Amino acid sequence: MTIPGSWYLTLAAVLFGIGGLGLLVRRNVLVMFMCVELMLNAVNLTFVTYARMLHDVGGQALVFFVLVVAAAEVVVGLGVIVGLFRRRPDATADDFHILKG
Amino acid sequence: MAVIAGALAIPHISYISILPELIAMGAPMVMLLWSATTRSGGPGRWTAFTVVASVAAFLASVEIWVKVGTHPYTAVAGAILVDRFSAFLSGIFAVAMGLFALLAHDWAVREDESGPELPALGMLSASGAMLMAAAGDLVVVFLGLEIMSIALYVMAAMNRRRLASGEAALKYFVLGAFSSAIFLYGIALTYGATGTTNIARIASYLASNVVVSNGVLLAGMAMLIVGLGFKVAAVPFHTWSPDVYQGSPSPVTAFMSAVAKAAGFAALVRVLMEAMGTLRLDWQPAIYVLAVLSLVVGGILTVVQRDVKRMLAYSSISHAGFVLAALQSASAAGRSALAYYVAAYTLMIIGSFAVAGHVGGPGDRSQDLSSYRGLSSRHPAVGFAFTILLLGQAGAPFTTGFLAKFYVVSAAVGNGSYTLAVVAMLSAVVTAFFYLRIVLGLYGSEEPSTPEGPPGVLEPQPALVGSVGEPQASHGAEERGSVVVPEVLVAASATQVIEVSEVGAGTSVVLALCAAATVVLGVWPSPLLDLAKAATIIF
Repeated sequence: MTIPGSWYLTLAAVLFGIGGLGLLVRRNVLVMFMCVELMLNAVNLTFVTYARMLHDVGGQALVFFVLVVAAAEVVVGLGVIVGLFRRRPDATADDFHILKG
Repeated sequence: MAVIAGALAIPHISYISILPELIAMGAPMVMLLWSATTRSGGPGRWTAFTVVASVAAFLASVEIWVKVGTHPYTAVAGAILVDRFSAFLSGIFAVAMGLFALLAHDWAVREDESGPELPALGMLSASGAMLMAAAGDLVVVFLGLEIMSIALYVMAAMNRRRLASGEAALKYFVLGAFSSAIFLYGIALTYGATGTTNIARIASYLASNVVVSNGVLLAGMAMLIVGLGFKVAAVPFHTWSPDVYQGSPSPVTAFMSAVAKAAGFAALVRVLMEAMGTLRLDWQPAIYVLAVLSLVVGGILTVVQRDVKRMLAYSSISHAGFVLAALQSASAAGRSALAYYVAAYTLMIIGSFAVAGHVGGPGDRSQDLSSYRGLSSRHPAVGFAFTILLLGQAGAPFTTGFLAKFYVVSAAVGNGSYTLAVVAMLSAVVTAFFYLRIVLGLYGSEEPSTPEGPPGVLEPQPALVGSVGEPQASHGAEERGSVVVPEVLVAASATQVIEVSEVGAGTSVVLALCAAATVVLGVWPSPLLDLAKAATIIF
């Protein structure tokens, strides 16, 4: 039995939604960061599913671009987070509030 | 990007077509290698190198502009569109890159940074922006967006001694990554609906096929708009921008407010006008709403700010509303108005943040409106240039700002969007109030203060040292400026020491160039206007 593509697309949409919701709701910066990764991987799943449904390799090739970009984002994002947390350990996103107006 | 299985061919790469991008990417690599071999010396050589690279990238853009003429073509297997629009924007980004290097030089001297990181990241970021403007494929738009944004996240965090800088970087990073993911999902859905990510193929697919159940396509389009809406800081996706603009070092703010926005608008033109031109009736209302919200919210919130960098952030949101109004008209007049507005805005905003960088002093701390009082009596030339730039942003006649706003409004009227035109003009009036308030302050008398404080004794030390107790301390320092109590004397004496400081050489050059361009091109408009028209004539 083959699983129809729409199931994968639905799963990807749900994962993307969980990631987006988590980013907006969670206060731990590292968890927010993981939520972004979840969103990117949901997009990857969508790309692969569509590539299969359309019989087009292009969609699968795009996943590599996304992976590379996600890795670059991790490097920079963790750098920013570590830089902040060295000076303020155990801070949550709510503790960064110097800038407001 | 749609490669049929088994027919994978290595594309022919026309290097001359992507020369501006290659220069902007290669120069930082050379600079970083160079910095690894030398130990001594200040930031001067990096600045000089970056300016040379910017001039080279600008000349390469001119070369492409001349060569491509009215015959656009694609390069690198359809991934790059070579036309006058991309050459025009590459030129703008090259100029922004050079101006940024000059501002970063003064910043590096003041903050005692001698590394090549800041100009190198600026060039990389500009290369991403050039790539976005020249993208012939949605994936290339995404890659350009990420090259630009990832460099900008680091640049925002560049002031390691100031917690606000790190906070700005964190906020920018989280929301930037969020918007990139949304943009990417939009690409995926568009790919699913049309079977390709190539802009030209999407356009021809949509022109020749009627998508029966177009829910996926519309969802993809909406997500592309939301993702780019974050980048151009259109309301309601603007919440990051005041914080990030305020917290980042001023040269970086100047760069990101100019380049990131211009690149976002270039990508919106590519995605909406070129790829999805046939879906005009679907995206026009969305852009209309974004434009009205940006104009109204940006205009009103500008007026209630006390921090000048935040004010400029909100005013640039209102500028984004103007550009979106031009985009919304979806006409030839709208496109050339957009190109003209972006060019004029880039110079005005970089010049304005150059002044903010000068007045802010070490660590960009004194950005309160009171710090700008009497600037003209201390530095007449800086005050005069800032006046010109603010009047330009307000849309005063005989400046590029006036013409930019005029063409946007006339494009909106030409499209029948009278309400939008009226909202745009009202927003211009409201923000003019804010600009004039700063201008009056510039020429106003200085606040009672001790004019010659003890040099070098900057009172809020914790913000410089960066101890654990810093947030409270620097927060206090900011509040002191806004609360009108006897403490204002303390704040004034602290800022006084900073403001008597010399205007940096780079800042002077940037201010002279930006102010001169704003006036000269406003009085003698035809050169830039003809360029903007020629840049957008073919689509």
